[in-house]
Amino acid sequence: MAFFGFAHGVHPPEEKGLTSGLPIRRMPYPAEIVLPLRQHAGKPAKLCVKVGDYVERGDPVGLADGYMSVPIHASAAGTVTAIDLWPHPDGSYAQSVHIKVDTYAMQAARPRLVPRWEGLTVDQVVKAVQDAGVVGLGGAAFPTHVKLAPPKDYKVHTLIINGAECEPYLTSDHRTMVEYPERVHFGCRVMMHTLGVTKAVIGVEKNKPDAIEALERTRPKDLDITILPLTVKYPQGAEKMLIHAVTGVEVPSGKLPVTVGVVVQNVGSLAAIAEVFDTGLPLIERIVTVTGHGLTRPANLIVPVGTKLKDLLAYCDGVTKDASEVINGGPMMGMAVANLEAPVLKGTTGIVVLTKDEVRNEKVYPCIHCGRCLDACPVFLNPSWLGDLARVKRYDEMAANHLADCMLCGSCSYVCPSNIPLSQLFQASKVALRRTQTAGAA
Amino acid sequence: MTAPNLIVTASPHLKDHDTTPRIMWTVAASLIPVILASAFFFGISSILVILASTLGALLTERGLGRKGSLQDGSAMITGLLLGLSLPPGIPLWMAALGGAFGIGFGKVIWGGLGQNAFNPALIGRAFLQTAFPVAITTWPTPGGSFFALKGDLFAFPFMHPVSDVVTSATPLGLFKFEQKLTSVVDLVLGTTGGSVGETSAIVILICGAYLAWKGYLNWRSPVSILVTVFVASQLLHFFNGKYPDGLFMVFSGGLMLGAVYMATDMVTVPTTNKGRWVFGVCTGLIVVVIRVFGGLPEGVMYAILIMNAFTPLINRVTQPTVFGTVKLKEAK
Repeated sequence: MAFFGFAHGVHPPEEKGLTSGLPIRRMPYPAEIVLPLRQHAGKPAKLCVKVGDYVERGDPVGLADGYMSVPIHASAAGTVTAIDLWPHPDGSYAQSVHIKVDTYAMQAARPRLVPRWEGLTVDQVVKAVQDAGVVGLGGAAFPTHVKLAPPKDYKVHTLIINGAECEPYLTSDHRTMVEYPERVHFGCRVMMHTLGVTKAVIGVEKNKPDAIEALERTRPKDLDITILPLTVKYPQGAEKMLIHAVTGVEVPSGKLPVTVGVVVQNVGSLAAIAEVFDTGLPLIERIVTVTGHGLTRPANLIVPVGTKLKDLLAYCDGVTKDASEVINGGPMMGMAVANLEAPVLKGTTGIVVLTKDEVRNEKVYPCIHCGRCLDACPVFLNPSWLGDLARVKRYDEMAANHLADCMLCGSCSYVCPSNIPLSQLFQASKVALRRTQTAGAA
Repeated sequence: MTAPNLIVTASPHLKDHDTTPRIMWTVAASLIPVILASAFFFGISSILVILASTLGALLTERGLGRKGSLQDGSAMITGLLLGLSLPPGIPLWMAALGGAFGIGFGKVIWGGLGQNAFNPALIGRAFLQTAFPVAITTWPTPGGSFFALKGDLFAFPFMHPVSDVVTSATPLGLFKFEQKLTSVVDLVLGTTGGSVGETSAIVILICGAYLAWKGYLNWRSPVSILVTVFVASQLLHFFNGKYPDGLFMVFSGGLMLGAVYMATDMVTVPTTNKGRWVFGVCTGLIVVVIRVFGGLPEGVMYAILIMNAFTPLINRVTQPTVFGTVKLKEAK
């Protein structure tokens, strides 16, 4: 069996064994649910409920505000108790709808909120996916319907499905592929039909043989779907790296994948599309890996969107004494959570609790130009040089040296023996650069 | 559940276990076999010379360097390497002065670790070569009693050293001034005259291979230096037999120590892998030119120092091609 991969990259400890063998279970409803209206890339949803309203499971609390936006739906039946600014997992505050969960709610028979897929036109599918609030579940939460309707100037020939899950610790995509392979294939069918492509490739890192086996076993015979084992390497799941591994083509710097005729979707998003069309309910829950050496009982859970992190951690019997940091997402690109009142979002792939020994707290030494970051950078930047420039705030020069191509994967910071926070410097430089550019334009 | 005491840091939250001090101290530790080999050939004198140069380097770093900069281990490496590149009979005060000069003018004055353009150990040695040309080119013969001093090590500063030790020319000196070739076996094992640590090629090679395997040493520059020196001198030898052959050139003098330990100093050689090849090939060519056509018998030190000066330029022209930009150029 040949394996496909990319040059450079790093090999952080995988630590997936904590949860990779645990079946997905459902978490009971918490007492209160908090739904931020800003959960996806693009414009936040527009509020459409008021305090005191009673909402059923699946009712919208926020409506899509334009094309680059999706609605937010109530993940449990209950009463809207407050609408305020509430801690967001990204560290800011966002307008959020609080719902006091009605424990004794009747699951009355209701008409489907999402139509059946069969017989829908392409435009109707795109509309249905938007109305169901589906976004990319790989972390970035990019509205899925936008990817379903690529610009007409480009001919899409291949759908690539991202099952790499290269972040350490996380296993939600892995378990989805093992337990719900039919949903992945069904979602794949919907996407292929909508995009009008005949070829799909599911890339899975070869450290998940059971997932590859499950996908092979359930592969529909009438579709051209290839399951491609990938080398185990971080960041194999980065969009451009995955496309390169699958097609051998480099997406031009600063361009979208569609320019090389490819659309990339995450396996979780496909399963979500399948579930939405299957059950008729919008996207109101997702699979979250709750794990880490700082957690008492790691698990893969189906969590209602809007569950507070403190409730989620409490359901996993809480954190251990030496727990030191809670990460929203994987430990390489995820953000540390400042406030456990923040809720689970549609884009929350996992919650990782790191212990005191794992978190970075070493002294920063001067750059010794060892070149390890150059060997690690998946897009062939020179992080050492960019880091030097960032420290003296020469942002324009950084832009000329392709700062925009940095996807903040963190490989450079991971390998840096001097412990220089390169990826943090680049993030800050990108913000500073954007600020000067907007100031220049005004 | 009680609220845990949480911290917030920037991603990535995982970190490879290698740190700069760990790399530096491992490199320093890998020099121990080289030091032991030199003690085997030159007795206690070599240990004393290395001690003196290291002490000079460490004290200067402690006195002039940034607070706590001793812990990163780089001053240790400078001191050890300088000691290894000196003749075993050099007065100790000179060795210590060389270490102090190397750290002071080769590193601290530039801004400390990571900022210097030239290899500090070689700066120290170049200073000694200019200041004390006789002492640094007096090469005692290896062997003899372990405790017999190889020169007037305890001479007072600026006094004429008194020495009745048997000296002999280095293999390169022998070749240059008397046209005598030393056998390659002697060169590989190290039973020849020369600096404290530059005689036993095989021990240096083994230590270097260990470091390369650990990932603490980039193999590209040493390999390209050694291959270039071998090929270039073999070609010269092929056209005119009066020039030394490739094997002799590779295993003689300070080439092995320079290629393995000094041309791999991360701070002063190019950061890019392409650049390291360029650096190595150019260094190798300069070594051959100085040794074969120049007035000095040995040229490794100057070759590396000259190429150190070109490092920023090499870096600039060997930047990696960013992912997705090749196609862009074609499109234009």
